[in-house]
Amino acid sequence: MEKIQVKLCAGTACFVMGAPQIQALEFAAPSDIADKIEVKEVRCMNHCSQGQGYNKGPFVEINGEVIQEATLEKVVAKVRELIAKEEEKSC
Amino acid sequence: MLIPKNYANQMRSRILVKVVESFYKDRFETADEIPIEMRPKDYDSSRCCIYKDRAILKYRMMAAMGFTPQDETNEAKQLKDYGKEALKRQNHAKSCLAVIDIACSACVKSQYMVTDACRGCFARPCVMNCPKQAISIVHGRSHIDPSLCVSCGKCMEVCPYHAIVKLPVPCEEACPVGAIRKDEFGVEHINEDTCISCGKCLQSCPFGAIVERSQLVDVLNLIHNSDKKVVAMLAPAIVGQFPFEIGQVVGALKKAGFDDVVEVAAGADVTSKNEAAEFIERMNEGKNFMTTSCCPAYYRAAKVHIPELAPFVSNTKTPMYYAAEMLKKEQPDCVSVFVGPCLAKRTEAEYDPNVDYVLTFEEIGAMFVGAGIEIGDCEAQEFAKVSSAQGRNYPLSGGVAGAVGNLVDGKVDFRPERIDGLSKENIKLLKKYATKGSENNMIEVMCCEGGCVAGPGCIALAKKAARQIETYVAQGTNQKDMK
Ligand code: FES
Repeated sequence: MEKIQVKLCAGTACFVMGAPQIQALEFAAPSDIADKIEVKEVRCMNHCSQGQGYNKGPFVEINGEVIQEATLEKVVAKVRELIAKEEEKSC
Repeated sequence: MLIPKNYANQMRSRILVKVVESFYKDRFETADEIPIEMRPKDYDSSRCCIYKDRAILKYRMMAAMGFTPQDETNEAKQLKDYGKEALKRQNHAKSCLAVIDIACSACVKSQYMVTDACRGCFARPCVMNCPKQAISIVHGRSHIDPSLCVSCGKCMEVCPYHAIVKLPVPCEEACPVGAIRKDEFGVEHINEDTCISCGKCLQSCPFGAIVERSQLVDVLNLIHNSDKKVVAMLAPAIVGQFPFEIGQVVGALKKAGFDDVVEVAAGADVTSKNEAAEFIERMNEGKNFMTTSCCPAYYRAAKVHIPELAPFVSNTKTPMYYAAEMLKKEQPDCVSVFVGPCLAKRTEAEYDPNVDYVLTFEEIGAMFVGAGIEIGDCEAQEFAKVSSAQGRNYPLSGGVAGAVGNLVDGKVDFRPERIDGLSKENIKLLKKYATKGSENNMIEVMCCEGGCVAGPGCIALAKKAARQIETYVAQGTNQKDMK
């Protein structure tokens, strides 16, 4: 199975809004997902710049899907959901 | 353990951003819409209902404008008016931590509880060992009489079934000096006279019920509505707070309206020099040990709570003090704004005529976001002063003692010890050193575990920030080799 791509925004707005807490994924991901994800910190993805979009930050993209007001909990849940879908397909 | 950033204190960053936004938008004219906007009718409330959420949000916004819930004399007073008042005040309100009483969940007081796992055994070591005879058997099970219990925890230790648990009150547990206590309704209150402003209660409260008077609006006002020169003094812990090059952060601060930016690490070099000289002198006088003095929460704790330690605390001033002194000598008319990870610095600044305002990293982060500044787009700029490797290492536990040791340089025997985190236990330990003496002669005390990188005003993960600081330290020159 291909690794799930997790893009953590580390732009200023997302960072102030709470992205650092999600960075815990980089060294302390739950063991069931740790080897199934590839975590990358990226520069501002411009989700924050529409209107006062930064209030909806931090933003995380998981396999291209945008998660707003992301938290560690939300990101982990999304990843688990994708893994479950994959497994369903393969059996 | 302190809860790292969580929903409760993430909310604080959001509120700060909202306040900055509102300042720019219309100088708080429509600030009263914010709690409603954040908790609209169809929103899932975090507490009993959105109306309570909104009421609490109002108190949070007041704190961000520099008012505590206790400053409220008229419940009908609007945020707009608090905002206007904040813009009018000449001096910022006195710094202080306070409890939003309606947000405090009044955690249960009784500290120990018998659970269903109790088998009502024959041995009954809990009954036997309770020094206050607070435990009796009711309906075949142990029962603790809360009016007799003194929370010693003996019963929990001796129960063979681990059937007795401790129910902590997080803020009281975290406060190293017992400055936060319940009133008769179970709601917590902070004693201003004994509080050391360390911010541990604020970091640990799972309901985010503790707030602090911010000076953010005062600084914004000075930048935009006065012709004074406003200078930011960046604490060394700044490196690693934003995932950008430090020069770009300086660029962003200038874009946000600061006229100049100086490095407090340069002040740290003066602290190291003076503290090393003081250490050598004290050791030659035959003193048993000396402790550092640059952590303001510890400094105040020693003064108020461990008076027997006073003769051992260094008299050397803090990096902030020296940095501000240098700054005011060069630019006597400027307004100095210390920017750091620390809440206790606000209290320290009240006694320092050269420091006019204190902001946290979180607050300047909010300033950037609210003003639409992306640090990554800012041009990198140089710091005004150049610091040594040792000065840059101050925010990590062991950094201060290391810097002093580097300059003591074998002139006298140097045996450092780190007190990493001012817990209740470590306060006891320090008391013991003061009365019975210590094996080591240089005691570095950091109130926050891990050092300033873990301070309550930080935004980055302490672990990652520490790594960035280490890199920055490696690029500096040894203080011994500087002229
Ligand atoms: S800072 Fe994250 S999308 Fe712009």
